[in-house]
Amino acid sequence: MRTNRWFALALGLALCVTLVFLALPVVAVFTHTAPRALFHSLGDAATVDALRLSLTTTAIAVAIIVVIGTPAAFLLATRRFAGRSLLLTLIELPLVLPPAVAGIGLLAAVGPGGILGGVLRGAHVQLVLETAGVVVALTFVAAPFYIRQAHAAFEAVPASLRDASRTLGSGEAATFLRVALPVALPGLLAGLALAWGRAVGEFGATLMFAGSLRGVTQTAPLAIYDRFASDFPGALALSAILVAVSACLLLTIKLFGGWGIAGAAR
Amino acid sequence: MLRAELEHSLGVLMLDVTLELRPGRTLALAGPSGAGKTTILRMLAGVATPACGRIVHGEDVWLDSRGGVCWAPERRRCGYVVQDYALFPHLSAWRNVAYPLRELPRRERRARALSLLERFGITALADERPQRLSGGERQRLALARALAVDPALLLLDEPLSALDPRTRAGAMRTLAAALRDLDVPAVLVTHDWAQAVHLSDEVAVIDHGRIVQRGTATELAGTPANAFVADFTGAVVLTGVVRARTGELTEVELDGGGSVLSTVGTGNGRVAVSLYPWEITISRGTGGPVESAQNRLRARIATMTTVGNRVRLALEAGQPLVAELTAKASRELELAVGTEVIASWKATATRLTAL
Repeated sequence: MRTNRWFALALGLALCVTLVFLALPVVAVFTHTAPRALFHSLGDAATVDALRLSLTTTAIAVAIIVVIGTPAAFLLATRRFAGRSLLLTLIELPLVLPPAVAGIGLLAAVGPGGILGGVLRGAHVQLVLETAGVVVALTFVAAPFYIRQAHAAFEAVPASLRDASRTLGSGEAATFLRVALPVALPGLLAGLALAWGRAVGEFGATLMFAGSLRGVTQTAPLAIYDRFASDFPGALALSAILVAVSACLLLTIKLFGGWGIAGAAR
Repeated sequence: MLRAELEHSLGVLMLDVTLELRPGRTLALAGPSGAGKTTILRMLAGVATPACGRIVHGEDVWLDSRGGVCWAPERRRCGYVVQDYALFPHLSAWRNVAYPLRELPRRERRARALSLLERFGITALADERPQRLSGGERQRLALARALAVDPALLLLDEPLSALDPRTRAGAMRTLAAALRDLDVPAVLVTHDWAQAVHLSDEVAVIDHGRIVQRGTATELAGTPANAFVADFTGAVVLTGVVRARTGELTEVELDGGGSVLSTVGTGNGRVAVSLYPWEITISRGTGGPVESAQNRLRARIATMTTVGNRVRLALEAGQPLVAELTAKASRELELAVGTEVIASWKATATRLTAL
C-alpha cells in the first residue's frame, strides 16, 4: 500500500500539537515548583487538610457510587422496559451539566430551602457548609461517569453466559456475583477511574453547594483556587501534589484492572 | 419421561409443538434456520417462557402456564450446551466444569471436575482459560460442564456447527459416545441431516414452528411426509402435475419437461416427486437395452464431485437432479462434465407427495 506522505505528515503534526498542548501545563506545574517549595508546602497545615479532605470525600463518594451504581447499571443493561432510554439519558445528563448549574440544582433539591430541605432538617442532616455536602456534590457529578461505563460493561457480557449460569444451578443474584460482575470487572474499574478522576477535580458544584471552609469543605482544588492570588508558589505546589496523587490513582487502578483479568484465573 | 407442550408466537410464525421423550433416548430437532428449534430448547431449559404450555419431567411439573407453575432454570438443572458454548471467560477450564458443583466441599469439587475433563480427554487443559482452547476442545469442555450438573435433561444446540469439518468427525464420535452413556432424555438441535442420523434415536423435523414429521431416520428417509422432509433427508425433489393414472402407475408431467411414472397413487394436481441420488442409474446413448427402470430423463452433467469411492453428479435436465454412482462405474462410462447421459430409475423408487 502506498501512503500519502502529506497526509501522514498532517496526522503526525496533529498528534504533536495535541501532545504539546495537553502535556505542557502538566509539565509546567512541576518545572515551576522547586522541590523545596513542594516539601515546604507539604508541611503546611492547610495543604494537608485540603488533601486529606479531598481523599476522604472522594473515597466516600466513589464508594457510594460503586455500591449503588453497580446494581443500577446492571438492571439498566439487562432488562428491557418502557422508558429505559429516557432513564439512561436522565442519568447521563449531569455529564454535560455546567458545574454551576449542578451546584444550583443541588441547593434547590437538598439545600435548606430545597425540595427535601424540610425532610433533611427533620432528620437533623445538615449538608450545606458541611463535609457531607462535599460528598453529595462529588457523588452527583461523578456518578454518571461510573454508571455509563458500568452499563456498557454489563451490556457487553453475553446474555448466553447468564443463561448458562442459570441452567448450571445459580440463581439471579449468584449469577450477578459469579458471572456478570467478574466478566464486567475491567469495564467497571475503568468507570471507577473516570469517576474518581472527576471527583478529585470537582470544583464548581462543591464551591456553590458546600462552600470553601478550610478543613471542612475546602478540598484540594478549592484550596488551590483560594491561594492562587496570594500565594502562587503554594498553589503550584499543591497542584503538583494533586497531579501526582491523581496519576498514582489512575496507575493503581489500571494495574489493578490488569490484575483483575489475569487474577480471576486462580 | 419428558413431556412438553409449547405454544408461543415468534413474530412471523406460531410455535406449536408437543414432545415426548423417554430417558436415555435422544431426539433430534431438525429443520431450517428460524424454524423455532433453539426457542424450544430455551423453553425446556427455562431461560425462555412460552405464552402457553406445560412441561412435565418425571414426577415434576416444570411449567404449567394455566396452573401458574414455572420453575426457574436453576431448579430444572438441564445440561444445556448452547451454540457458542457460553464458557465463562474469567474461569479456567476446570473451574468452568466446577461451576455447578457449589454444594461439594472444595477438594471434591476439583476432583470431580478433573474426572469429567478426563472423560473427554482434556485433563491437560484444566488450568487454561477457554479463550486459549481450540474449537473442538471448547466443545468438549462445554459438554463436560453440562454433564457436571448431573442433568435431568440434556439439551444440545448445534453442538458441532462451530467446528471446522476436520474436527467435527472426532467431536461427533465423542458426542455420540456421551449420548449413549446418558440415562436421561436428550434433545439435540441440528440443521444437518447427517448429524441427526448419527446422534439421535429419533428425528423430529420442524418447519415453521411445527413438527412436520417424527420418526427414525430410516422412516423419514423412506417415507417422507412432504417435500420439505424429503429435501431435508437428502432426496432429490422434482415438481410436476399428475396427468394420468394407468393401472398401478401414476404419470406425472414434470415442470420443465419430461414425465415420470410412480407406483404411488397419491393425489391429483400438483405433486412433489422425490427419489434418492443412489436410486438413479446413469447410462449413455439413446437406445440401449430394455431395462426394468420405467423412468428415463435425458440430462447433461453439470458438475462431478468425488466423495470417497463414489461420484456425485449434478445433472441438468428440465429440473436439476443429483445422482450418485461408484467411481468405477463413472470411469467405465467415461463420464465428464458436459457428457449427455440418460438418468433412469424405477417407478417403485419414485415417491409422490401432494403439494
